[in-house]
Formats: sequence, structure tokens, C-alpha cells
Amino acid sequence: MDIKTYIKSGILELYVAGALSDKENREIYDAMLKYPELLEEVLNIEAAVVKLTAHAAPSNSKHIFTSVKKALSFTDNDTKVTSLLPPTRKTIWFNYTGWAAAVLLAVGLLWTLNKNEALNTKVSTITTDKEFLEIQVKDINSDLADTKKLLNVIRDQNLINITLNGQDVYPEGYAKVYWDKSSETVYLDLAGLPKPPEGKVYQIWSLTLNPLSPTSLGTIDDFNDNANKIFELQNNNASQAFGITLEPAGGSESPTMEQLYTLGVVSDS
Amino acid sequence: MQLDLLISKFQQKDENAFETLYNMYSTSMHGVIYNIVRDHNIAEEVMQDVFIKAWHKSESYDATKGRFFTWLLNISRNAAIDKTRSKGFKNNSKNLDAEYFVDILPSQDDLNNSTDAIGVGKFISLLKQKCIEVLELLYFKGYTQKEAAETLEIPIGTVKTRNRNCINELREIVLN
Repeated sequence: MDIKTYIKSGILELYVAGALSDKENREIYDAMLKYPELLEEVLNIEAAVVKLTAHAAPSNSKHIFTSVKKALSFTDNDTKVTSLLPPTRKTIWFNYTGWAAAVLLAVGLLWTLNKNEALNTKVSTITTDKEFLEIQVKDINSDLADTKKLLNVIRDQNLINITLNGQDVYPEGYAKVYWDKSSETVYLDLAGLPKPPEGKVYQIWSLTLNPLSPTSLGTIDDFNDNANKIFELQNNNASQAFGITLEPAGGSESPTMEQLYTLGVVSDS
Repeated sequence: MQLDLLISKFQQKDENAFETLYNMYSTSMHGVIYNIVRDHNIAEEVMQDVFIKAWHKSESYDATKGRFFTWLLNISRNAAIDKTRSKGFKNNSKNLDAEYFVDILPSQDDLNNSTDAIGVGKFISLLKQKCIEVLELLYFKGYTQKEAAETLEIPIGTVKTRNRNCINELREIVLN
């Protein structure tokens, strides 16, 4: 086939016009598959005719498609994709499932993380509680030991028991002194004394009576913190009496007699 | 996208492919239909019918029998001609016979498919009368070579070569 002569014959123009028989159309179709330049020529002719006929259009025809779609009851543009070929639909279904699974997994992980954090907080709280309780048990045990020791002290036969009576400043007050001469220790039970005012402390005095001379055994600095108001002091004096005065914090050189709260004499033994 | 692929998707009832093809060819079909019926509303009505028909009969298109454009062109011309023969059609048939597609080119002031549309339209209308006649019959009216030869009172072979020369002139105008 002489391609150039074939093209020049004008048969391809008639082909595009649709003016040929089925037999001729088939021949051209087969020839186009064989000779790409024929197809090229047909495309050019077609392009020219598309433009020629388009120029005769009275108006834009885009809007007509809307009524075509409506008549064919096409779905909306947005959902159009889903109503296409079955493979496409399948892919999209898989996509959605995948995303849904991913979202579920993410939510699940977040939930687990949150739960884990909550549990960790709970564990830490419980640990703190446990430690606190252990401290309390230790304290109670320590208190019990103190109390037992105190009980032993009080029951001790060698212990000298002195009651200090309330004086003018605070007549309803009282105190007890348990004096263990062998260990040179005095135990003071100050439960009968009021809480000292701010900046003041009780000072404990050992007294000899003839002549009256006081010796300080020390001040009670932790009066408020001590729950059972039992205090332990050293005493190596040959005490004949004990007195308790209220003194400025830090204590005084000699007792302020106007602030003598309690006083008691050691009975002869 | 390859035209062949687009057409085969359209034949598988792919709505997107259909819309793409519509955008490619609808203005041309509109021109052909309007040239036959010469009425805006009737032309739009026929357009709808043509594309609805194309959708429903998409599987009937056979590439071995011709171009897709030609297939659509045939449906459009036949639908428009059927319309002119229907009872309700009121246009004067005498006028329809006398007028060529070039007569509607300059009057189109609302064409907005391209900025140089009016300019190109002017050049198209300046084609030789011999060309206007043959293009009108072969492309706008769907005459066969023989029918065109009889109408124009020229030999069949002359239709072929004259059309070839006219299309070449047209290609110069619209493709360059």
C-alpha cells in the first residue's frame, strides 16, 4: 500500500465523516494498526472536524450534562468513584478497612497507655501509703518500747517518787519526778503542766535546802512535741527538792521564783 | 489518558470516562445538532437525548467500524434529523435546506469555549463556497459520498478530492 497516495485520495476525510461502507471502515481500521502515519492523519482530520463543528455550537454545552446525569440518575460527583468498576470499589473498601483498623489500633494503644499510667500512679500511691504505714508501725513500736521502759522505770523499787505540787502561779498544776539514783537519771511526768507560752520553756531545778541553792538540770525544749509528756534528764546532785519554773527560751542562770510552777521535796528514805 | 482506554471504560459504564468524553465532544455535537434544528431549546433537548442514548448503547460502539467521534456524530445527526421530521417541529423546512453551517457562525455571541472562537469562526466562514457546501453535507448532514455527489451535481471522485482539499484548508485555519 502506498500510504501517501492513500492519504491524498481523501478517503480518510470520508472515514471521519462516517460516509464510508462498513467494509471500507474495517479496511482503514486495519491499515491504521499497521501504519501509524495513517492514524496520525486521521487524528488530525478528526481534530479539525471537532473544531469546525464546535464552532457551530450556539452556547456552552457543559450545563446540559447536568440534566443528562440526572436523567441517567448518576450519583453525585463525590460518591461517583464508589459506583464504578468492582475492583475500584474493592480497593476502596480495603482502604477504608485498613484505615479503620489503624484508627482502632491507635485508640487502643492510647487507651492502654492511659490505663498503664493510671495503674503506675496507683502503684506509686500505694507504695507511699505502705511506707507511711511502715513508719507509723515503727513509731508505734518505738512508743511501745518507750512505754515499756517507762513502766519498768516506774516499777523499779530503787526509784524515788516525788510529787511536785502546784504553786501560786498555777495552783492546779502538778508534776511527778522519778529519780533513779543508781543511773543518775530523773524521769519527769509533766502531764499536769500547761503548754508553755511562745518563747518560754520549763526549766527543771535540783534544790538543796540548807542553804537553798538551785542547780539547773536543763530545760524542756520539746514539751509540745512529746505526746506522753515524759522527759528524761541527768541528775548527779544530792537533790533534796525539785522545782519547775517557766523561763525564757534557752533557760536562765537562776530560777525566776515568781514563775515557779511546781515544787516538791524528796522524802527521806 | 489514552482515548481507547477512555472509550473502553465508558463502555464499562464508567461515569467519569463518560463525562470526559462528553467534555471532549459535546460542543461539536451541539454545533451539528443546532445546525440541523436551528433552535436553542430543541438543540439542548436533542443533546440530552443523544448522550443518554450513547450511554445506554455504549456497548454498540465498535472501533473496527469507525471513530468514536464519528459514532457520536452519527447518533447526533440522526437524532436531530428525526427531530426535524417529528410532528411538533415547526421550523420552515425551506429555510433549513437553504442555510449552511457558516450562517450560524457569526451570530454566535455567547460562545465561550475559547477566546479566539469568533476569530476562527470568521476564517471558517471565509472558506470557499465549494468547501462550505461539501463540509456541510458530509460532516453536518451526514450525507454519503454518493448523496453529496448527487446534491452537488459533481462526480463522486470529485467529492472525495474536493473534501480533502477543503479539510486541508480547514486544518490550516483551526489547527495552526
